[in-house]
Amino acid sequence: MITAAAEERQTYLNESYGIKSWLLTKDHKRIALLYLATITLFFFIGGIFATIIRIELLTPRGDLVSSETYNKMFTMHGVIMIFFFLIPSIPATLGNFFIPMMIGARDLAFPKINLLSWYLLVAGGLFAIFAMLAGGVDTGWTFYTPFSSSYSNTYVVATVVGVFIAGFSSILTGLNFIVTIHTMRAPGMTWFRLPLFVWAHYATSIIQVLGTPVLAITLTLVGVERIFHIGVFDPAYGGDPVLFQHLFWFYSHPAVYIMVLPAMGVLSELVSTFSKKQVFGYAFVAFSSVAIAILGFLVWGHHMFVSGQSAYASLVFSFLSYFVAIPSAIKVFNWTATLYKGSISYATPMLYAFGFIGLFTMGGLTGLYVAALGVDVHVTDTYFVVAHFHYIMVGGAIMGYLGGLHYWWPKMSGRMYPEGWAKLSALVIFLGFNLTFFPQFILGYLGMPRRYHVYPDEFQVLHVLSTAGASVLAVGYVIPLIYFIWSLRHGKMAGANPWGATGLEWKTPSPPPTHNFEETPVIRHEAYDYAALMEEEANVR
Amino acid sequence: MSASHIESVERLAVREQFDTAEQQKDAATLGMWIFLVTEVMFFGGMFCAYTVYRSFFPNTFGRASSSLNATLGAINTAVLICSSLTMVLAVHFAQLGRRKLIVLFLILTMLIGGVFLGIKAYEWHEKFVEHHVPGPSFHLEGEALQGQAQLFFTLYFAMTGLHALHMVIGIGILTVLAIQAWKGKFSPAYYSPVDIAGLYWHFVDIIWIFLFPLLYLIDRHMPK
Repeated sequence: MITAAAEERQTYLNESYGIKSWLLTKDHKRIALLYLATITLFFFIGGIFATIIRIELLTPRGDLVSSETYNKMFTMHGVIMIFFFLIPSIPATLGNFFIPMMIGARDLAFPKINLLSWYLLVAGGLFAIFAMLAGGVDTGWTFYTPFSSSYSNTYVVATVVGVFIAGFSSILTGLNFIVTIHTMRAPGMTWFRLPLFVWAHYATSIIQVLGTPVLAITLTLVGVERIFHIGVFDPAYGGDPVLFQHLFWFYSHPAVYIMVLPAMGVLSELVSTFSKKQVFGYAFVAFSSVAIAILGFLVWGHHMFVSGQSAYASLVFSFLSYFVAIPSAIKVFNWTATLYKGSISYATPMLYAFGFIGLFTMGGLTGLYVAALGVDVHVTDTYFVVAHFHYIMVGGAIMGYLGGLHYWWPKMSGRMYPEGWAKLSALVIFLGFNLTFFPQFILGYLGMPRRYHVYPDEFQVLHVLSTAGASVLAVGYVIPLIYFIWSLRHGKMAGANPWGATGLEWKTPSPPPTHNFEETPVIRHEAYDYAALMEEEANVR
Repeated sequence: MSASHIESVERLAVREQFDTAEQQKDAATLGMWIFLVTEVMFFGGMFCAYTVYRSFFPNTFGRASSSLNATLGAINTAVLICSSLTMVLAVHFAQLGRRKLIVLFLILTMLIGGVFLGIKAYEWHEKFVEHHVPGPSFHLEGEALQGQAQLFFTLYFAMTGLHALHMVIGIGILTVLAIQAWKGKFSPAYYSPVDIAGLYWHFVDIIWIFLFPLLYLIDRHMPK
């Protein structure tokens, strides 16, 4: 019955056609898909740079690219992946699509600003792509002064302008989410009935709103210094390059939580849905998101232990960094406790959820190593750090993103992805990821510095393992791209609630109508109340 | 105006994602406050740089500061406070739905903002003539640390420049609002655009209230 109705039924996808109906849309669901297409493109562009890096590192000598080119490769890999993929990834796609639906709203509070934020991301991306095509940029994604402001002879200004513009995209998304969550909740949707996905995005938005402007002004000052040749961070004028690092990391450390908090929000939904249990310790998980957002602003100095900042500052930053472990661990323990006596199913999204928990734990625990002053001096600027943050960003954020994408794909497209292929690719990604990055922990601990394309012969075995893993990982990322597109036409019809999940987004047909709900829903139950859901379904029958 | 007329005006002004006019107004106001928070952080980066460098070079910053025209700065502070008053009156009359008075006070606000920018432009011109613009021809009389003095003026131009840019944007917003007000778009039931533009305008004022003493007055207590 649902299948037949779906052909006739008006949805957000068939409401209007043509390129203009997409480029001028104010529907949060369509804007989410615009974002999805854009960041997928950027993901694969960033992936090309990663591929070149890994191929170069197959041998100890620089055979493929010169050191100058290599510098540009890792810079552009970082810039694209961080500012144009990871930062917008979950919030701008899944968050954009589902926050209004989860709280029972027809749209975000400011639909035009939502569309504007997509255009800003695209405009920023065009600047970055221009910089890449014109000759690239070689400062590292961190744009450290005085190299970026005085010495680098590459397209720093264009890249910085691109990041600046994309930053405002991120700010506007965060602003929109905060206002929406505050003012647009349906009757009965109290703060403590919100799905934890929404809580995680609320915390993320706080960081976006408070942190990103600081990055924007800092990069502006770098641009001003570069264009007008006046000292802001230039020691020749009495300026302080370390001040740049402070301002940069004031944003860029919390930015890590912009990437991983939304993934944690996805995790709470997945773990609950696929074990059919209320999330253990709802309030703790909700507040741990907020705690991470707040603590995240107090630890930036742990990126600067070797910068010459005062030893006392380092001590305090190190001490505070350990505090981040508390809310992070609360989440991991509570997800695990949710599984206990749950009726667990191993659908693809749940495989990603398990992957996240394992890899995030490894990334988090190695975070304790690098937060320790003495150990950090040993591993600073080595592959240990590279492996650590890839475990958080790729093993954490991207696993969460892919898990969420699989979970909500039926709702977004109205069709199921092929489960067999999806499980296979989840497995391939997990294995490929570990093969790529685990050897890098050992490499770093043995002293392999990051950002070098030549290295002593004894590191080759580990580098070859890592490159082999990256090839596997690449296959794992291409398979979903193919079957998601395939499923748009050939996937099985999904129905309104293929997973038996409790969220409001599953109470509308798949794909949802333009205004999400026929009438504003009234909420009478806690989040993840499976008993109430079963009762409702029994009543319908 | 009949009750049903007010109701229909109210319904017209409520966008489709909102249930009530009140919800829409709350969202707009909260949105502007959060935007202002981002602005605080945006300017905050430069205030931070200012604080650090001033603590590094207090004497040079003092001497460089004394070369600014504090009288003009003080006049401009007064000018800007007056513009806040006219802005408040514009919001007040928007709440009452007095079309002509809204337009009058919006235009007054813009004019006073224009006076501020004019005085500011004159000050910048003075600095240019006196070779106080950072760059190859920079020179500050009687100062040993020319580079550090340039740092002060870099921050001076960056901060007042960014502030002036916000004023220009503000005047642009008020222009749009004045046209809309003239067309009778605002009523006691719907005036939040004027309200939140007022928030923005006052915020830009407050930035100046901090900029004025930090840039113009820091050498006043120093022995001459």
